[in-house]
Amino acid sequence: MCTDTIINRHLFQGKYGLLNMDEQKIIQVEQLKYEYPQSDGHLALNNLSVSINAGEWVAIIGHNGSGKSTFAKSLNGLLDLQSGSVMIDDLPLALDTVWSIRKKIGMVFQNPDNQFVGATVEDDVAFGLENQGVPRPEMIERVQEAVKRVGMLDYLKREPSRLSGGQKQRVALAGIIAQQPEILILDEATSMLDPKGREEVLATIHKLKQETNMTVLSITHDIDEAASADRIIILDNGQVYDQGTPADIFAYGQRLLDLGLDVPYPEKLKAALNKLQIEMPTDYLTTERMVDYLWTLHSKM
Amino acid sequence: MDITFQNVSYTYQPGTPFQGVGLQDINVTIPSGSYTALIGHTGSGKSTLLQHLNALLKPTSGVVKIGTREITPETNNKHLKAIRQKVGMVFQFPESQLFESTVQKDIAFGPQNFGVPIDEALARAKEMIELVGLPANVIDKSPFDLSGGQMRRVAIAGVLAMQPEVLVLDEPTAGLDPVGRREMMGLFEKLHIEQGMTIVMVTHQMDDVANYADNVIVLEHGRLAKTGSPREIFADPDWLTEKQLGLPTTTQFAQALSRRGFIFDQVPLTEHELAALLAEQLPKKAGRAHE
Repeated sequence: MCTDTIINRHLFQGKYGLLNMDEQKIIQVEQLKYEYPQSDGHLALNNLSVSINAGEWVAIIGHNGSGKSTFAKSLNGLLDLQSGSVMIDDLPLALDTVWSIRKKIGMVFQNPDNQFVGATVEDDVAFGLENQGVPRPEMIERVQEAVKRVGMLDYLKREPSRLSGGQKQRVALAGIIAQQPEILILDEATSMLDPKGREEVLATIHKLKQETNMTVLSITHDIDEAASADRIIILDNGQVYDQGTPADIFAYGQRLLDLGLDVPYPEKLKAALNKLQIEMPTDYLTTERMVDYLWTLHSKM
Repeated sequence: MDITFQNVSYTYQPGTPFQGVGLQDINVTIPSGSYTALIGHTGSGKSTLLQHLNALLKPTSGVVKIGTREITPETNNKHLKAIRQKVGMVFQFPESQLFESTVQKDIAFGPQNFGVPIDEALARAKEMIELVGLPANVIDKSPFDLSGGQMRRVAIAGVLAMQPEVLVLDEPTAGLDPVGRREMMGLFEKLHIEQGMTIVMVTHQMDDVANYADNVIVLEHGRLAKTGSPREIFADPDWLTEKQLGLPTTTQFAQALSRRGFIFDQVPLTEHELAALLAEQLPKKAGRAHE
């Protein structure tokens, strides 16, 4: 890791460490190590330590094989960790707590076709509640409520397999929120959708986040999706490479590309203009601020 | 090998209650050596059109000319092998079609099916592994031990091993990470430039259309809505927005700049084009003006 990253990280911890003093940490993992079978000693998680505050929206980015999904699976005991500790909402993850912890965490996966069990939308959304032995009258109410929140009330009796990709992922989301988890994990939940489906799902998540103040952990390759997070964590080689606000992280420009990541469009344009000897600021500009900046520069002609 | 559609219509399950229109009166040519992007909404007929490119579907009326071969509603389903070899088809998530015990055998399966002797098929497989950028040591591995992106390359290598003249790709980068996407698009560009292969790609990514394609076909409700170069298609942003097809990021950004007062005499499609157009209207860094 280069020195300026280390400095950045210290700055970051200084800046946020103080702010976070009285906030409740809902996810705290320390020194996680995990090696997949037959991986010749390659550690998918290599001493990974991360903590996430209740109500925070965190985007986890990193190229394929950086440990993102492994990290997500370690949180609710889907993986048998070699070492390290996981603490969810003050409960240490262990054999006798794993079921309580799984109730606190809902996960939506990448492939919309792989997560349906019910023959109709309402059956599917009810599945998790049935498993938890929720009484029928309450179940009906919670299913209705959840399906309403994702805007799929007109599709209650429909077959999930006949829905569009975006609709399927919204039904999957409904299945999760019906269980009222404190933490929502999205494992590339929009990556197989077309642009319209992606927009639908993201808008739904934004709305849910506002209404319920869930903690959202979104594992994503979509830089625009990451831009809406409170904090971005970059994983590389099973470790935290860096973390910060989207503005901090996006200002890295070329370095993100070297890590196998994407950069937001204004950064690409900045690089192209820099090459043509046009003065560009080093900090990250959103599309709007970039347009303002260019117009101001233009007025100096 | 040009592929030409003449008054092609296709009806799904005609004469049943499930009857549905797939394509209506399509007239279009995919020129030999072109990089053609096929865009349109889900349900616009893209997949139906794709399946006509190697006679997986035959038109209900009209003619599809694939090179010198004419496919009509009466065409016999036999003797289509030559077409299937010349037009290689890569469906969505092709990695789900892998089945063999090793990568090499899986890639060799296609050519063997077309009568290539096993030794030559295995030799081709070895070449293809290199061509698609897989590490040489995957050759004897099970395809199921590879990462998702690598599995997709194996599947594409299997199609390339049949040495097609036209490569048809249905959303080939869906679900890949940014590096995987860049490498995959780089591979198709290489095949297009170095081997002159005709590429036909279904995509929702307008940035890919702007960056790579030289010919665009827009479908809507089974009809041809527009065809032309990317610059012609994207020259009318309002039309595309109205059709909810989206714009390349650069074009969108240029629109925001135009609203602010910048004037562009042509629609920029890539960030470098936009940067060049902007540079003419912006002051250079101090002290560098003489450079």
